Amino acid sequence: MKKYSIFSLVRNALSYHENWQAAWRSPPPKKEYDVIIIGGGGHGLATAYYLAKEHGITNVAVIEKGWIGGGNTGRNTTIVRSNYLWDEATHLYEKSMKLWEGLAQDLNYNVMFSQRGVMNLGHSLQDMRDITRRVNANRLNGVDGEVLDAQQVKQFEPLINISPDARYPILGASLQRRGGSARHDAVAWGFARGADAHGVDIIQKCEVTGIRREGERVVGVETTQGLIRASKVGVVTAGSSSVLAGLAGLRLPIESHPLQAFVSEPVKPVLNSVIMSNAVHGYISQTDKGDLVIGAGIDAYTGYGQRGSFPVIEHAVQAIMELFPAFSRVRMNRQWGGIVDVCPDACPIIGLTPVKGLYFNCGWGTGGFKATPGSGWVFAHTIAQNRPHELNAAFSLERFSNGHLIDEHGAAGVAH
Amino acid sequence: MLEITCPWCGPREESEFSYGGEAHITRPLDTDALSDAQWGDYLFMRKNPRGLHHEQWMHAYGCRRWFNVVRNTLTYQITSVYKVGETIPGEKQ
Repeated sequence: MKKYSIFSLVRNALSYHENWQAAWRSPPPKKEYDVIIIGGGGHGLATAYYLAKEHGITNVAVIEKGWIGGGNTGRNTTIVRSNYLWDEATHLYEKSMKLWEGLAQDLNYNVMFSQRGVMNLGHSLQDMRDITRRVNANRLNGVDGEVLDAQQVKQFEPLINISPDARYPILGASLQRRGGSARHDAVAWGFARGADAHGVDIIQKCEVTGIRREGERVVGVETTQGLIRASKVGVVTAGSSSVLAGLAGLRLPIESHPLQAFVSEPVKPVLNSVIMSNAVHGYISQTDKGDLVIGAGIDAYTGYGQRGSFPVIEHAVQAIMELFPAFSRVRMNRQWGGIVDVCPDACPIIGLTPVKGLYFNCGWGTGGFKATPGSGWVFAHTIAQNRPHELNAAFSLERFSNGHLIDEHGAAGVAH
Repeated sequence: MLEITCPWCGPREESEFSYGGEAHITRPLDTDALSDAQWGDYLFMRKNPRGLHHEQWMHAYGCRRWFNVVRNTLTYQITSVYKVGETIPGEKQ
């Protein structure tokens, strides 16, 4: 891999940028690998990258049905934060936050990580009590957090409407200053380039049609490009996790729902931070390009259609209008939906399965993007060592039979 | 926007309904004998198919009655609607 630097930029400028090395190869699949990762989204590519980098396992294939980063990685609102309530979740997301903070240097790829601050608004006394509790829990876990009153919210985000006459007036917010956003495509491409440089094969347009087992062991996957053998298979397919689990004869506690978002036409800089509101249900930030990125809720019913329903759009727009009346005449450019894999406790499943050599990383629901590096890091450890890292030990599939659920519905940000 | 035909009130917009998830999950009878894994399966595990899904809906802003729907989760096309207790379409009695 040729390193990106100011010198390589100048050198390539001299040849009119026509000789840049491809960021990753597109090799035909080999007959056998040590590890196969199903799903070429951010989490899958990060898993492959950390398998190679941290564990020296480089004979790895990432198999992707479409193109890398074309699923939820390219369909989210790119919010990064680690202000969850419970210890297990906080530690996991904070690991991810720490990786984000050095990710661009580590990957030699600008992921445009911007720690502009994330505010979670409170609209009632109970909201504010919950926010205070969550911020206190964060600080006990070494995660930064502040409780703001309405005036401080206005100071931090001048365009916001804190009028007491609002239908749901803003009473305050939690603020995580280290939170922010990153460029979603760059995350997928950066991890792909990094993994490829370590020798990982990224195989696109290759759909997995079966998981081959011999007794209780996994021995490979059947794909549209033939059988590919491997003694370890990691499944990181977000919304399609139940379908993949079905191929292996497993059942998951997951329901797949469409979650949608939309962006406006680019406007001049108007927002400083990422603003989220659970109560009126909308979240918004502004990209470096100037688009307002607005996230809606999930459709109440399950679906794999990668599009959302109209009543949900209307609801999200109402919420944003409530918070920012000034946006009433901003025109929306594009709208899209992704399929999120929602767990009953709004926490992921990362770990072993009853099938030997088969690992699942799923159930991130509505908030997987922020976890991309951390998710890949712990999943790589889980696959390499055949046991979970202490950061993801609590996120096992067994918690749905032993009852150790980690209820993060309050901090998950999207109501479901 | 889905158009859902309530078996009592006729075709209405999706915003009048609330969703009740997978249908035909039967509460185990011999609860004392169930293992934790069996309880977990009953409480949490779901089919979540990509394709035809038997599911429960309630006409929340109408007659407030529950009924079952067969819907394709990929195309969102509703292929049949039937009342609770009626024969499941496509299944032999």
